[in-house]
Amino acid sequence: MSAPNSIDFRTKQFRAGSFFFTGLTGLATVLILAILAIILTDVIFNGWRTLSWHFVSSIPTKDFFDRHTTGVLPMIIGTASRVIVMTVFVLPVGVITAVYLTEYAPNSSMVTRIIRAAVNNLAGVPSIVFGLFGLGFFINFVGKNLDAALHNPTAVWGQPSIIWASLTLAVMTLPVVIVATEEALKAVPQGLREASLALGATKLKTIIKIVLPQAMPGILTGGILAVSRAAGEVAPILFTGVAYYMGSLPQHLTDRFMDLGYHVFVLSTQSTNIEQTEPILYATVLVLLLLTFALNLVAIFIRANMRRKMRSLH
Amino acid sequence: MKPRWFPPRPLEFLLVSQNQTDPEKRTQGWMGIRRGHQAHPIEWLAERFIFLVSLTAILMVFLIFAFVLREALPLLTGEVSSAAVQPVIPVADMDKIPAEKLRLYLELTPQQFATMDHDTKKLLMETKVEGAQDAPDNKDAKINTIEWRYLLFPYQWSGYDKPVYIWQPVSDIKKYNIIPIVIGSLKITLVSLVFAVPLALAAAIFVSQLAPPKLKEIIKPAIELLSGIPSVVAGFFALIIMATVLQKIFGYESRLNAFVAGIALGFAIIPVVFSIAEDALTSVPHNFTQAALALGASRWQAAWQVVLPAALPGVFAAIVLGFGRAIGETMIVLMASGNASIMSGNIFDSARTITATIAAELAEAVFGGDHYRILFLIGALLFLVTFLSNMAGEMVMQRLKGKLEGKK
Repeated sequence: MSAPNSIDFRTKQFRAGSFFFTGLTGLATVLILAILAIILTDVIFNGWRTLSWHFVSSIPTKDFFDRHTTGVLPMIIGTASRVIVMTVFVLPVGVITAVYLTEYAPNSSMVTRIIRAAVNNLAGVPSIVFGLFGLGFFINFVGKNLDAALHNPTAVWGQPSIIWASLTLAVMTLPVVIVATEEALKAVPQGLREASLALGATKLKTIIKIVLPQAMPGILTGGILAVSRAAGEVAPILFTGVAYYMGSLPQHLTDRFMDLGYHVFVLSTQSTNIEQTEPILYATVLVLLLLTFALNLVAIFIRANMRRKMRSLH
Repeated sequence: MKPRWFPPRPLEFLLVSQNQTDPEKRTQGWMGIRRGHQAHPIEWLAERFIFLVSLTAILMVFLIFAFVLREALPLLTGEVSSAAVQPVIPVADMDKIPAEKLRLYLELTPQQFATMDHDTKKLLMETKVEGAQDAPDNKDAKINTIEWRYLLFPYQWSGYDKPVYIWQPVSDIKKYNIIPIVIGSLKITLVSLVFAVPLALAAAIFVSQLAPPKLKEIIKPAIELLSGIPSVVAGFFALIIMATVLQKIFGYESRLNAFVAGIALGFAIIPVVFSIAEDALTSVPHNFTQAALALGASRWQAAWQVVLPAALPGVFAAIVLGFGRAIGETMIVLMASGNASIMSGNIFDSARTITATIAAELAEAVFGGDHYRILFLIGALLFLVTFLSNMAGEMVMQRLKGKLEGKK
């Protein structure tokens, strides 16, 4: 009877170790969540006190470090407009690419593999390199040549502006849209496609009338994730369109713009009196976080819903 | 088979996923259904269009590399010189040289150059000639500092008592040694990996193997939410709160340094490492765990001794991709690292990274000048490094998934 006992003893020892290590990994998880919680509470708690309708809806004077004359309306409008223009470009291209990859592409062909590799790589390119690319390609190449072709006396296209910042961001967020849309398209049950084909619809018709509408929530998620990612990015727009200060709101696609994320950067590094600037800074960060987080939460919610639906269908 | 009128026979190879020659593959059309009808011209065009659009991603990767490098190209071909004393062009030759070269020689922006009349330019050229006569009496003044040996190796500049590595683009003698900022980048990346990888891996093991499913459904999106924090906000948090707190705890000298930046950078790469590692651990078939549990192992033992070794390449991929993300992150390091290009191995010293250097200096660099081009060159270098680490990470991950799925 001693043998079972010793085994019992050994397993008990092991269990104690297991308990300890399980606790350790759990602790690491809690620590990560704590970091998130600390950042959020700090920003919400401190930002809430300064945040007011006046702050959100007024145009700042040149001295935006002063809390009485400041406001973030031009930044909100600038960030919103660059993100909207970006969506117009990135959504069609991303969705069509995802349609090709899931519906048309032969699985093992060279082209498909290269497209996938390119998408993965695009997702990993540093954001500052996108900034350099925007300057080197969109402004110095496309913009300058456009100006030359249109015989503009001064630079209209060949300078930083909303359109070039948006296009740069569109290139950056392309993988986000592609991956999310692909996931959504794969979640559409095969039976629906088969039924549509059996009724005599062509492949294209099936995709447009059956597959895409079914995948709409997922495509939407992709769009939202792209928007929330782009809204918080600063590095790619540093050289492609952002302005330190503008007295008026941007009117055209070729105007420069003020931006929330960049404004956070300016407020936290260029201020001469950080104690006086801090309340404004916190409020600006809160506005930025509300914008990106609200979008993120919506995306996570839709995606969770979609996954549940997918599980029930298969 | 009836002859198809569209597309014409010679163009048949353009048809997607139709292989007429191989009888095995012929039926593998869309979902195993071979297209029975002839391709309608509009449908055919739409398919071509979809295919062409999907090539955008490839085109973009190519364009990014080409156009970042394009701006740096004159450096590599030796067209630009950064010497403080430039060879002087006699005023009489003014009309003989091309306009673009003249513009660069006079260090003007295209707008300035376009609005200036001939006489003003002539005046500028005369000042150049005069300036060259009372140039600084410095042995380094004639050195073209963008040659490779000055970029990569130490050099004893006048006034220094030993050969040094210096990045100092704004001074009489522009010094562009990239080693200090490469060291800075690596230092901060290393700190962030040391901080983030153990945490993220532990969390990945916990979430994928040990946590009850209900808890998992909450934790996973929450950690993914961490990646939704814009990097400028993480940078702001590091600059305003963390720098002070960490300084009080560790008592080091400079408030902003590689350590603070590294920890803040860790926040940004935790979600990356976590989600890839979690993905890899989850893709290990359930039978592995079940077999281990059946043999009497505890959940932790199954996770640590069976699942983790099987998913090890995925963990490697997670670290490599985390590295790629960390070295390319800009705003956090720009705000929290102190931005002093010091050659030092101490993580509590200020540091300047490649990304922060580009972000901080490009706006002030003369358009088309040597400083401007150097920044594009290090940008291309950065692209190459992240490209390679991405490729390596993806390849390992693909191979692992193929292996695990084959075993299923």
